Amino acid sequence: MYQVSRWSAVSTQTVLIGWAVTVIFPMIWMIYSSFKTDQELFFSPWAPPVELQWDNFARAWSKAHVGDYLLNTLIVVVPALLLTLIISAMAAYVLARFEFVGRRFLFYMFLSGMLFPVFLALVPLFNLVNQLKMLNTFHGLILVYIAYSLPFTIFFLTGFFKTLPTEIEESAIMDGANPYQVFFKVMLPMASPGLISMGIFNFLGMWNQYILPLVLISDESKYMLSQGLAFMLFKQFYENDWSALFAALTIIMVPTLIVYITFQKQIQDGITTGALKG
Amino acid sequence: MRRNKYGIILPFLAPALILYSLFVIYPYAQAMYVAFTKWKGLRKSPRFVGLDNFEKMLGDDKFWNALSNNLIYLVFLPIITLGFALFMAFMISQKVRFSNFYRVTFFFPQVMSVVAIGILWSFVYHPTIGIFSSLLKAVGIENPPIWLGDPDTALWSIVAVTVWQSAGFFMVIFMAGMLSIPKSLYEAAALDGAGRGSTFFRITFPLLWENTRSSLVFITVIAMDMFGITFTMTQGGPDRSTDVLATLLYEHAFLHSRFGYATSIAMVYFIIVIVLTLLIFRVTRRETIEF
Repeated sequence: MYQVSRWSAVSTQTVLIGWAVTVIFPMIWMIYSSFKTDQELFFSPWAPPVELQWDNFARAWSKAHVGDYLLNTLIVVVPALLLTLIISAMAAYVLARFEFVGRRFLFYMFLSGMLFPVFLALVPLFNLVNQLKMLNTFHGLILVYIAYSLPFTIFFLTGFFKTLPTEIEESAIMDGANPYQVFFKVMLPMASPGLISMGIFNFLGMWNQYILPLVLISDESKYMLSQGLAFMLFKQFYENDWSALFAALTIIMVPTLIVYITFQKQIQDGITTGALKG
Repeated sequence: MRRNKYGIILPFLAPALILYSLFVIYPYAQAMYVAFTKWKGLRKSPRFVGLDNFEKMLGDDKFWNALSNNLIYLVFLPIITLGFALFMAFMISQKVRFSNFYRVTFFFPQVMSVVAIGILWSFVYHPTIGIFSSLLKAVGIENPPIWLGDPDTALWSIVAVTVWQSAGFFMVIFMAGMLSIPKSLYEAAALDGAGRGSTFFRITFPLLWENTRSSLVFITVIAMDMFGITFTMTQGGPDRSTDVLATLLYEHAFLHSRFGYATSIAMVYFIIVIVLTLLIFRVTRRETIEF
């Protein structure tokens, strides 16, 4: 490649390091601040904690219910994610591998779901979930999460199934496997890279989802994590337990950070291939 | 395989079709009607009022205020975020030292929840517990603004947070495009004595059309939404200076039970997104360069 002068190499590094510090430092500040007392937070915002206040975490976990919010989120996200993957894979397999009347229509119908902003559906959705007596229920939220994840997941997996070779499938049929066995024993394992990409993509979407639980869950004891966090923030104006709020943020961010660093390659691929196909 | 084809097609499609029709198609279809109704609360039923909601919108200052805030985001977020992302992607893809560290670090805010980001940054901007204002005081700025508490600075503070969150994501999208550009083109340019600037503008950027187009669509969607970050950082305040269509329609629907009017605002929101997306596809349509 062409020569890059020393001066431009230095200036490049300066910009990149500057941005790295801007991205990382707020998080480091949040982590060490979560060990401070309220007085320290207010009077010396930059200083490290004098003494580690582990109690902030205990208060955040139990008194501010971060533990409950975390559990609620898991109760919703795990089944919603698994069901999204299996239901989408089944539909995508049929759309990719069978010729039948209305196939293109159905594919474009699923595709069209990506065009609409969720805000347009909010009021009718709220009304519908209310009529189904599913407001403030986990199963209601699970069904809604699945439904709104289907368009992109089906679109992506249909493309993925089309790229898989047909020979293995055909030889399984020759060996007398029924269509269900072909799908579950042969096709699903072959589609696992696509399923992993969509698993990561949808997991992050559901884990961080805010507007849907905000509209569909109003019972405090059933709040999702993001909702519970925002609720804690709004409560600070009269409760004044800032250090517990810092601790809550740390509790939520550190696991995300660890998972991200461990799987950063897969996560970046999952999100960007997801985004670029869309 | 030909035999009892429908024995697999129907049961495999049914769950997706039922959930999708019930929770996605039906609400969207109903929204098309609700936007033309007056509907105050779940116990009442919507009453058709024709274009009344849209007429009301024309004279509604809150609506124009929210829309103009969305327009500010639509103008500045693409320029700042995509410009910066492209610049960083170009730097990192040039065998710079620690490039992997930068790539991983810059992308991280994208996986964080917007609520967590909103709260973290409302701490950073906070006049007493925040670090930003004391940093400015340390470098000699006597009275730094109360970032989120001042109508003049709140919107730009949110712009900064959005750039902070999404620049890394767009950088990775651009890098994916840059990696697919064959090395031979760069070598040829180097032989011809091209510098860094002309290499970028003559080779890299023109070959990144696909990625630029996707990025433009994404940032448009982000600039029209802005709900999570706004709702956690300012709730549209102070004095509605950060109100956007999404927060305004949420307020109408779920704080004042004005379901019809809220949905008509959502309709305008939807039309803007669709028109801009089509526009981006039309304007950026050009022959794709095969290599």
